[in-house]
Amino acid sequence: MAVVFQGIGATAALTSATSVDSKKLYILSRRLVSETKSTFMVVRSDGRLNSGSNRRAQKLITNAVATKADSSPATKPGHELLLFEALREGLEEEMERDARVCVMGEDVGHYGGSYKVTKDLANKYGDLRVLDTPIAENSFTGMAIGAAMTGLRPIVEGMNMGFLLLAFNQISNNCGMLHYTSGGQFTIPVVIRGPGGVGRQLGAEHSQRLESYFQSIPGIQMVACSTPYNAKGLMKAAIRSENPVILFEHVLLYNLKERIPDEEYILNLEEAEMVRPGEHITILTYSRMRYHVMQAAKTLVNKGYDPEVIDIRSLKPFDLHTIGNSVKKTHRVLIVEECMRTGGIGASLTAAINEYFHDYLDAPVVCLSSQDVPTPYAGTLEEWTVVQPTQIVTAVEQLCR
Amino acid sequence: MAIWLRRSRSLAHYLKAEIGFWKVPNQRSFLNPCFFNPEKSSSTTLTGENYGNPPSFLGNSPTLFGSRRFESIKSGREELDLEDENGGHQNQAMDFPGGRISFTSEMKFISESPRERIPCYRVLDDDGLPIMHSSFVEVSKEAALKMFSNMVTLETMDTILYEAQRQGRISFYLTSIGEEAINIATAAALTPHDVVLPQYREPGVLLWRGFTLQEFSNQCFGNKADYGKGRQMPIHYGSNKHNYFTVSSTIATQIPQAVGAAYSLKMDKKDACVVTYFGDGGTSEGDFHAGLNFAAVMEAPVVYICRNNGWAISTPVSQQFRSDGVVVKGKAYGIRSIRVDGNDALAVYSATLAAREMAITEQKPILIEMLTYRVGHHSTSDDSTKYRPVDEIEHWKTARNPISRFRKWVDKNGWWSDKDESELRANVRKQLLQAIQVAEKAEKPPISNLFTDVYESLPSNLCEQEELLRESIKRHPQDYPSDVPV
Repeated sequence: MAVVFQGIGATAALTSATSVDSKKLYILSRRLVSETKSTFMVVRSDGRLNSGSNRRAQKLITNAVATKADSSPATKPGHELLLFEALREGLEEEMERDARVCVMGEDVGHYGGSYKVTKDLANKYGDLRVLDTPIAENSFTGMAIGAAMTGLRPIVEGMNMGFLLLAFNQISNNCGMLHYTSGGQFTIPVVIRGPGGVGRQLGAEHSQRLESYFQSIPGIQMVACSTPYNAKGLMKAAIRSENPVILFEHVLLYNLKERIPDEEYILNLEEAEMVRPGEHITILTYSRMRYHVMQAAKTLVNKGYDPEVIDIRSLKPFDLHTIGNSVKKTHRVLIVEECMRTGGIGASLTAAINEYFHDYLDAPVVCLSSQDVPTPYAGTLEEWTVVQPTQIVTAVEQLCR
Repeated sequence: MAIWLRRSRSLAHYLKAEIGFWKVPNQRSFLNPCFFNPEKSSSTTLTGENYGNPPSFLGNSPTLFGSRRFESIKSGREELDLEDENGGHQNQAMDFPGGRISFTSEMKFISESPRERIPCYRVLDDDGLPIMHSSFVEVSKEAALKMFSNMVTLETMDTILYEAQRQGRISFYLTSIGEEAINIATAAALTPHDVVLPQYREPGVLLWRGFTLQEFSNQCFGNKADYGKGRQMPIHYGSNKHNYFTVSSTIATQIPQAVGAAYSLKMDKKDACVVTYFGDGGTSEGDFHAGLNFAAVMEAPVVYICRNNGWAISTPVSQQFRSDGVVVKGKAYGIRSIRVDGNDALAVYSATLAAREMAITEQKPILIEMLTYRVGHHSTSDDSTKYRPVDEIEHWKTARNPISRFRKWVDKNGWWSDKDESELRANVRKQLLQAIQVAEKAEKPPISNLFTDVYESLPSNLCEQEELLRESIKRHPQDYPSDVPV
């Protein structure tokens, strides 16, 4: 899946590339950036190239190997850390690299953030670059937009994604729109991030899945991280992107530990991640559900099934290339998500797959999602609003009959 | 009796503590104090803290009045009183988060409405004569004439483009009639580096900064030359080279964005401030309150200008808020504020100039409430005679017109004549009609502009959607407008 690439000079977001062969090195054309680093690694999954400007110059390599992530890009062992530390590392590297990057949110300063993602950054970069704001989500999101239009690159931290519902007006009407309505005169390179999803008995108001609500807004991109590795890569890519990006983290994943490369790397915002290649069925998931799926996968393998698991990562736009290739191979799709049944990411994904890959499907797309209920507080009830591995196993068995 | 004395003591307290701009401060003061006439301000009745009468059931404890020390009104000392204006006693104070607060054993509610409203700063009277002893920044002939001609241009542009909408040539328009002084005089007090975040009734600021009548018309007609590429409705101007953020229809969203822009200037230590405008209606939005609070906490150099024009579409201010206008809200957030006669160009100019200087040197926000009147309808979709009396509109249009008031002052200085006036108006009218014609005939933006700039570069789904649209157009050419290039 990953290809090591030793870069010459630095690049920010990967805007265009010509593909040669999965085995050979990719040559990437770069955006001019004043800073240069001597070694720079770009990690890609298969041979797919992304973003609109690439579309013209490429030979799509469909047999690019989607191998397990442990044929890891790191020639050296790398270092181990937790997901929130990975986010912080990515954030810190970007703040170091570009003086325009700043963070704003509640308790991000000396408190270090509710989930410690910005710990110690205020000491290092000062109160102005790591700004504590009063409790007014709409306002500090608006503030970030104003700052972005004036040349800064702010990162807005919502203490919980659910609170960003208060910022919906600014995000929808201004963040997503102003680049367009100003005729391209003003860019809004903000990153809006925060933890969301169902935690451990946090109550209904703190268990919102905001990706359902935001997915319609034109002009924004959405990504969801699930491992320390992709958390850091996506954070960096989001900061470097000129578009407004919403980065969804999950409350329960902050303490995941993984070994990540020492070298600098950024990931593509629009790419999905092949977690486990397989032949029988495509399971599409993201964020925390990835782990439930992988747990179910173990059971399924023991039962003789060979599921292909893809972490879609990019929620807007969907990586239909990777997904499509998988569907063409397995002909069966199961979507496992944490969103509600109605109007969630799964619902949109089902529609997209049915529209584009209908001919390749041997069975209807099945989508496992949470029920259309507010998340209850009681632990056992809460557990049953989230898709469990046993349900996934059953669904696969039924689909593969 | 005692109550009267208490009030006058509060006057002194108010004078020395709250009129930050007038005092001789420890920090740099903007204008040379001799330019101003501080005595003037004290002789008008100012509102200090508001006092309700103590509830009768508490009785009048004589010790309350007996232990108070009475100060002279002219006192200018800065020391912290051992006794505060609420009659709190010395030695009974406590450190609370935010500072020291003295206790009082008297239960007294601060009145919800002042006895006197905050007075309004003006320099010229209704006949355009400078008021005696008024303090303002001198304006040169050149500057005054530039301001005046811009005000006339704005009025003419509004009138003609409004008519153009009525004739069906543009789809929508919104005038600033009656608010020309605010538009132009505030713009005149700023530098080109100051970032402006408008609501939508401030095209005069852009006009002052050099946006041409042709550029205005292009945006209204949504043609190819429009900087917004035809994507927004008329009057949603925006120009990054003029430091004028694109108008966004949503009310008050620019208020917190202004804090962000100011934060950016503060980080770069620029010698510039941010100016943002909103109406009386906009102050009801949550964004106003949070934005002002933010600006105060962040110490952001923003000048907040509220065009209190009495109406928010059909909602009069009496139904919008119950406070003494907007100026008192600044104090609630810890922001220095002033109320200005928005139809007095010189007062507007002086106040804005002062506010800007304070915002930049002291790095703090300033709130200016400009009292004015929305002479025109809210927009072309509104007929204001339905909810307000016609003679009220007429009164403000004629007797309280900011342009004629300023004109009188300019005339008295011998800088303008009737001949100049008619020439100017004819000229502007001609230019504008010409610009409209050109704009109307110009090509519209091509269909590709429907999809560009949504993101920085065109993503695959939009590419696809564009292709689908083009196919559709090819298949049904008769349904596609002929004047829009493909």
